Amino acid sequence: MSTEKKRVKGETLLEIKGLKIEGNSDGVWHPIVKGVDVTLKRGEVLGLIGESGAGKSTIGLAAMGFARPGCRIVDGTIMFDGIDLRQATLDEKRDMWGSRIAYVAQSAAASFNPAHTLIDQTVETAVRHGIMDRAKAESDAVDLYRRLQLPNPEKIGNRFPHQVSGGQLQRAMTAMAMSCRPDLIIFDEPTTALDVTTQVEVLAAMRDIVEQFNTAAIYITHDLAVVAQMADRIMVLLRGKEVEQATTREMLKQPTQDYTKTLWAVRKLAKEESISDDVVLRVHAVDATYSGVVKVLDNVTVQLPRGRTVAVVGESGSGKSTLARAITGLLPPTKGEIYFNGKPLSKALKDRDKDTLRRIQMIYQSADTSLNPRQTIRDIIGRPLEFYHGVSGAARDRGVAELLDAIELDESYIDRLPTELSGGQKQRISIARALAAKPEIIICDEVTSALDQIVQEEILTLLMKLQKDTNVSYLFITHDIATVRAISDEIVVMHQGKVVQQGPKSKVLNPPYPAYTELLLSSVPEMDPDWLTNLLAKRAKAKVKA
Amino acid sequence: MTAQAPDIRSVRARRTFIEKVKRTLATAPISAWFGMIIILIYSVCAIFAPLIAPYGEAVIVGKAYQPSSEQFWLGTDQIGRDLFSRLIFGARNTIGIALITTLLSFIVGGTLGVLTALKRGWLDQGVSRIVDAFLAIPVLIFALMLLAVFGKSVVNLVLILALLDSTRVFRLARATALNVVVMDYVEAAKLRGEGMVWIIFKEVLPNILPVMITEFGLRFCFVFLTISSLSFLGVGIQPPTADWGSMVAENKTLITYGNATPLYPAAAIAILTVGVNFVVDWFLHKTSGLRDEH
Repeated sequence: MSTEKKRVKGETLLEIKGLKIEGNSDGVWHPIVKGVDVTLKRGEVLGLIGESGAGKSTIGLAAMGFARPGCRIVDGTIMFDGIDLRQATLDEKRDMWGSRIAYVAQSAAASFNPAHTLIDQTVETAVRHGIMDRAKAESDAVDLYRRLQLPNPEKIGNRFPHQVSGGQLQRAMTAMAMSCRPDLIIFDEPTTALDVTTQVEVLAAMRDIVEQFNTAAIYITHDLAVVAQMADRIMVLLRGKEVEQATTREMLKQPTQDYTKTLWAVRKLAKEESISDDVVLRVHAVDATYSGVVKVLDNVTVQLPRGRTVAVVGESGSGKSTLARAITGLLPPTKGEIYFNGKPLSKALKDRDKDTLRRIQMIYQSADTSLNPRQTIRDIIGRPLEFYHGVSGAARDRGVAELLDAIELDESYIDRLPTELSGGQKQRISIARALAAKPEIIICDEVTSALDQIVQEEILTLLMKLQKDTNVSYLFITHDIATVRAISDEIVVMHQGKVVQQGPKSKVLNPPYPAYTELLLSSVPEMDPDWLTNLLAKRAKAKVKA
Repeated sequence: MTAQAPDIRSVRARRTFIEKVKRTLATAPISAWFGMIIILIYSVCAIFAPLIAPYGEAVIVGKAYQPSSEQFWLGTDQIGRDLFSRLIFGARNTIGIALITTLLSFIVGGTLGVLTALKRGWLDQGVSRIVDAFLAIPVLIFALMLLAVFGKSVVNLVLILALLDSTRVFRLARATALNVVVMDYVEAAKLRGEGMVWIIFKEVLPNILPVMITEFGLRFCFVFLTISSLSFLGVGIQPPTADWGSMVAENKTLITYGNATPLYPAAAIAILTVGVNFVVDWFLHKTSGLRDEH
């Protein structure tokens, strides 16, 4: 670990001035980036942060002289090491892409070609650009795998993308970007799709390798705590404009702009923990399998008190979404019972009556896929009113308007389609649809993880307000510990299909922890630039001791 | 809010629909306009045939094989019927029957396709394998065989072709619906307790509609050509009903004498097919998201 070593900052590598980019929607050009300056020295890591739609990715791509289809660079200069990328021809740029400027995308799973092995794809750029011959490139790739702490670096290259985990794939992609030793790497949300425990490894590996080769990097993310670990300097963007820019420590210590301060003042939201014995839903010793082979729930027992929030946390694959499927009847349990208001619940969905279905509602992670794009808000929210409560016509419209009011949206939204709403508004509509049924339980499956921080907080506040008004219980599935802290009364920690721990928030989030809970909690990035360094040191020490 | 607002309806949705249509038409390329005008002319001919045609459909008005003149614009056929009038009535018969056949095949194939995509399991396996067996036999030969077995009547023709074509529609409907049924909103509808009819027609179908409409245009062309082919072979629409395919057949020998008579109905068939294809191409381009970069 060479974090103590002072990084060599060389001359200016990238200089973007007055960058303006426009995007096309329905034939109309509108500005996405409205005059941004970026300067990057050799060996420096710049963090770009902002909400979605702030223009982070667009600027990142523009640093390669590239504009996505439907976008155009209208003004400004992009100078990369003395080359004007706006004037350069496509052939000239193609020579540089991959070899001098590399790009690491958010979803490694979607970016790798599933038909080729990892090593084939890692060495492809170097061989094509004629920088190395195949044999040399391969031995170099193995070296990079080792530096990125991939397990079994000699052999892992022979695997196909689907044969390695998401975190390993993201590291392999970093190796691919590094294969030509580029001067500049653009990381576009590289760890957003990963679990916290995996994220720590990937972040450490990325930071390490960027330092070893003294590569300049632009690190794009919406997660402040992550950028604090990675970047030397942070630039905050809002709607295509720079808000402020400072070195990481300075920025964390004293942000000057109001917008930055609101970003920093995260999670003011905290719910007073309250415990109740009035259990509305009890999952008792439930097993569930997919296609009878893979056991995804193993003897799971969970209790949900009335009018309270139980958060279910765990990594992907821990069985937390499967638990939701078992409760809703989509995946009938093979063993165990689920009690609803003290009575056993029919296992399969088709055996449940309409009134039982009404009482258990669900809100999904992605409002894009959970709202039918061909139905108006009137139909989406109105349908449960009509279906469960037999309200129709003008009365139904009134009901929809009341629900829109409850979720703090104007009633003029009634004729809109989901595509005409923002992400946060769409999630509000999902909430209204669940609410329309007048349920006793709402299962929230990662409802805020696709949203920006500020919007997340608004949605969580709304959910808490609705709980107070209607005494509904939430089973809140999430991988985000900060969200858990904010809204839960009780916490269930799941790992590999088993419940590791269930208890009141104050108990679970404070020591003594079971080993897995500790790993999970300690992996959540903190707003401290030294957090990752300290964590790695601590874990290394613990390992030595063991 | 609720007291003074008993009825919350806005004209927004309706207005944007008309606006959308206007805007879409404004961006249509010349080829699409050409196609739309062709379809319009054909439709007018088909609907108002008795008003437009100078003579009746099967009335003998002159001598056989008269050349084109003031009286008979395109001449007369082998028994002295006005060719122009028969061409117009032919639009009604050929297009009408093709349209009914295509609609029928879409109702059967589309519904089954979405249903199997939703249900999967043995129903999907069963229906798909039967469809595979049907697809293995060429349509024209299969149709000839079935027509020979059941006898040549318009009803049989429509039913047989609809059945054969529904297998193709089924394949497409199932494949596109498979992408939609995995969406959370379909799951949400299932969790709500909605029945199959609601899920098929309200949740899934609207989302595969653009593809299905495009396919409808293409299928219509195929059905139309198949009917014409069968009529040409004498097993399709039967005389004295005016039909383009049989009209080509009846007059085909004339071509050897340098007479263009059989070419008129043949051209009528070709132009409509081309016109529909132009419109379908444009629609496909619009809805498939194939856009020119930059």
